[in-house]
Amino acid sequence: MEPSGHPVLAMSGIFKRFGAVQALTDVDFDVDAGEVVALVGDNGAGKSTLIKVIAGVGPADAGEVRWHGQPVAIPTPAAAQALGIATVYQDLALCDNLDVVANMFLGRELKHLGILDEIGMEQRSRTLLQTLSIQIHDTRIPVASLSGGQRQTVAISRALLGEPKVVILDEPTAALGVEQTAQVLDLVERLRERGHAVILISHNMQEVMSVADRISVLRLGRNNGVYDAHHTTEEQIVAAITGASDSAALRRSTRAATRQDAGARYGERANGEPR
Amino acid sequence: MSATGTTPAPDSRSAPEPPPAAPLDTQARGLRGYTSTLQRRMRGGELGPLPVVIGVLAIWIVFQSLNNRFLSAQNLSNLSIDIVPTGLISVGIVFVLLLGEIDLSVGSVSGVSAAVLAVLEVNHGWNPAIAIGAALVAGLLLGALHGIFFAKVGVPAFVVTLAGLLAWNGLQLWILGPNGTVNLPSNGFVSELTGTYFTQQIAAYALAVTAAALYAIAALYGARRRRAAGIPARPVSEIALRTALLAALCLAAAYVLNQYKGLPLALVIFLGIVVGSDLILRRVGYGREVFAVGGNPEAARRAGIDIATVRISVFAICGAMAALGGIFAASRISSASQATGQSNVLMMAIAAAVIGGTSLFGGRGSTWSALLGMLVIQSIASGMALQGVSNSVQFMVTGAVLLAAVVLDSLTRRTRRTAGRG
Repeated sequence: MEPSGHPVLAMSGIFKRFGAVQALTDVDFDVDAGEVVALVGDNGAGKSTLIKVIAGVGPADAGEVRWHGQPVAIPTPAAAQALGIATVYQDLALCDNLDVVANMFLGRELKHLGILDEIGMEQRSRTLLQTLSIQIHDTRIPVASLSGGQRQTVAISRALLGEPKVVILDEPTAALGVEQTAQVLDLVERLRERGHAVILISHNMQEVMSVADRISVLRLGRNNGVYDAHHTTEEQIVAAITGASDSAALRRSTRAATRQDAGARYGERANGEPR
Repeated sequence: MSATGTTPAPDSRSAPEPPPAAPLDTQARGLRGYTSTLQRRMRGGELGPLPVVIGVLAIWIVFQSLNNRFLSAQNLSNLSIDIVPTGLISVGIVFVLLLGEIDLSVGSVSGVSAAVLAVLEVNHGWNPAIAIGAALVAGLLLGALHGIFFAKVGVPAFVVTLAGLLAWNGLQLWILGPNGTVNLPSNGFVSELTGTYFTQQIAAYALAVTAAALYAIAALYGARRRRAAGIPARPVSEIALRTALLAALCLAAAYVLNQYKGLPLALVIFLGIVVGSDLILRRVGYGREVFAVGGNPEAARRAGIDIATVRISVFAICGAMAALGGIFAASRISSASQATGQSNVLMMAIAAAVIGGTSLFGGRGSTWSALLGMLVIQSIASGMALQGVSNSVQFMVTGAVLLAAVVLDSLTRRTRRTAGRG
């Protein structure tokens, strides 16, 4: 799945150290327009550290970052934004007391002679929400009264207002129910269709397998393989995350897979009889 | 996995054109849509100024039934001036409450400013207008000092302004010197701030009509631009209704004020400041920043808002408004004394903002609550005074009203959290 030409964002040989802890060691990562790359790994594997490097929050100690093939530095969040990297953090960073429009334009309000251009902002918000097929009944109610999934979609649409090239989604579905998760994953697919490069961090393997094109695994601060999501099984990913061909997590997922296979083969029996 | 909103919309994914959003907006459906929006908002815990308006009406009905002089032109006219000094301080308190913080020093700051004004004008012979300017700057600087300690050093606002409460009280006594009281010329510039009435009947009516007309023009123009932009707008019928209500209210007030001495200058200044600060908070980028910092400082910081500057400026505004309140308090009694800004001025200013509907929890409120809350407090005080009830009862009643307002704030906050609207 190596994209032709230069990927939007390519990082190589990234090192990052916090005191005595080597958080990232010689990590490579790349993402291209119109693809969803899932970044997975166990807790402490370095996912957040890598995201912070990309978002300019915690620049790398060493390594090369290329943007459309050109070497760049991302020393600050502002630099990341200027390049076209938008990050949606897990806590969403919405102001509950402000309405949807105000949240989407927070910090970059449209103004006319110093007066807020509410009409222009509302119009652009509605257009964007419509093109993303997001249904929010009233863009003028405080986001406090929206559901968790709607808040997530507002946070993601806010990130899209600046037409970023790369969108980083940090655990976008961690706090959501089944239906709302589906809505957010639909939105992720629409981002891909619109040609954004999407980096998705998630703990949910099924979610990763269903929405991602490639899966980049980190383990103990190092690369542990990049997998094509369409030709890889969940067990292979779990094995790469845990770094073992035999582990409790792997045995569980293998058992589950065997059950599913067996269930598929002996349809009714699986439903009726406990194994 | 099909729908994209909480209400299922069957074809939203397969349809090439996204479904038009307009039918979803209740605002676009005329008056009936408006009332249903209103009901929805109220169930969601957004009561707006409704409780306090009902409160004012109830208080007025009760006191009028006890004493028919309560709603007399003279009493209401005096009431409209009596609310101004503490009301101005309360406008500053609203700004601080919007940040979710508190300023306990406003009483002392208003006392310092009154003292600065009186000493500069009377003892040093300054031009009163320049002395007023100096008093305002003094309040602004004291407020900014609180803001710097809060925003830059990280001391809780409660403690910084508590220190200010004590320290500036001392400063006030020091400025006033051994006499403790400086009398202002009784017909001087400062005294005339609260002593001037526009006696021509036409003045009050003209202001009332102008206010209603400006509102109608702004609302109609905004609605037309919104319709042109293809986003939901207030229907003309609703604008007409609102304008009619506003005009009736303003004309009634003008009529009552004209029955006594006419339109008080102090009330005009107070209303101008309430309207102006409300527009700044709602229509200007700075106001949006204040609300954002009050709602979620971390989100505001990540959005690129300089939250330290916002915090310092808000405390500076609060100090300046406290100073202005002190100037009007001095004007009302033509003197600045050790008592100016003392006793319960601070408590009344905070109580007015909260009774008027500004949340103690930050991010919700309007400077109109300073006006409405002061109307409640001053109506109780005035009605009790007419009945010959002592201060003791008056304070207990006002305390109960404040508690009721805070309980309402907490309850609506909880309702908002649980109301999963939209």
